[in-house]
Amino acid sequence: MLPADDVLVAGLRSGDEATFARLLDSWSASMLRLARSFVSTDASAEDVVQDTWLAVIRGVAGFQGNSSLRTWVYRILVNTAKKRGVREQRTVPWSDAGPTVDPERFRGPGDDYPGHWRDFPEPWVLDGEFRQVVGRALGELPTRQRIVVTLRDVEGHSAEEVCALLEISTANQRVLLHRGRAFVRARIEEYYR
Amino acid sequence: MTCAEFVELVTAFLDGALDEATERAFVDHLAECPGCERYLDQFRLTIAELGELPESSLSGETRDRLLEAFRDFPR
Repeated sequence: MLPADDVLVAGLRSGDEATFARLLDSWSASMLRLARSFVSTDASAEDVVQDTWLAVIRGVAGFQGNSSLRTWVYRILVNTAKKRGVREQRTVPWSDAGPTVDPERFRGPGDDYPGHWRDFPEPWVLDGEFRQVVGRALGELPTRQRIVVTLRDVEGHSAEEVCALLEISTANQRVLLHRGRAFVRARIEEYYR
Repeated sequence: MTCAEFVELVTAFLDGALDEATERAFVDHLAECPGCERYLDQFRLTIAELGELPESSLSGETRDRLLEAFRDFPR
């Protein structure tokens, strides 16, 4: 467990290296994953995290405490990553249109049970590849879906935190999350069919 | 509720964000439909596995550089 924010902030402001090292080691892995969902290479993600920490070093004297320290750091990360992501031309336009499951999977309007499964989803027999299949599918998601799925499911942030961090509405957050999860599920299904 | 409707509500259901009537219809459907029950289970399994993806870490070089920048920052 990390000390309370006021202790951490005091440590950073006074130049206590142990405090900084502790934060660096506690948060950098999550920050890398989040950064990686904005930019196209691991190296770029590492640069984003590095630039974020440099901005934290410079900016902590002015930290107001209106949010938690971690949220403040993450916001810097998101802004840094966004700028870089735009530079890399990776901000793909996204669409919320259409169902998340192939409509062919459901019975048509002329059927006795329209909108119900033609055939139930097959049970999965998972193997040692499962984690890699999931990891690959995450990488294939459109940027905004990947960012939301990374924050919610990979990093375990709450819906409220994600909305605040990305400045998106609750409804928008849920649509992106749902589409992303459904895509990953469909990839697993394809792989194990 | 049809299966095609059910599959679009799964995330809202898991977040506890459905209104009372829709949640009841969702649960009623779930109780009767083995296909949607399986879909929901697979969705949960997918979410759980996303949470298990391996961590990456900062390179030792970058970590050293940052510690140095922290040490040298004028206060």
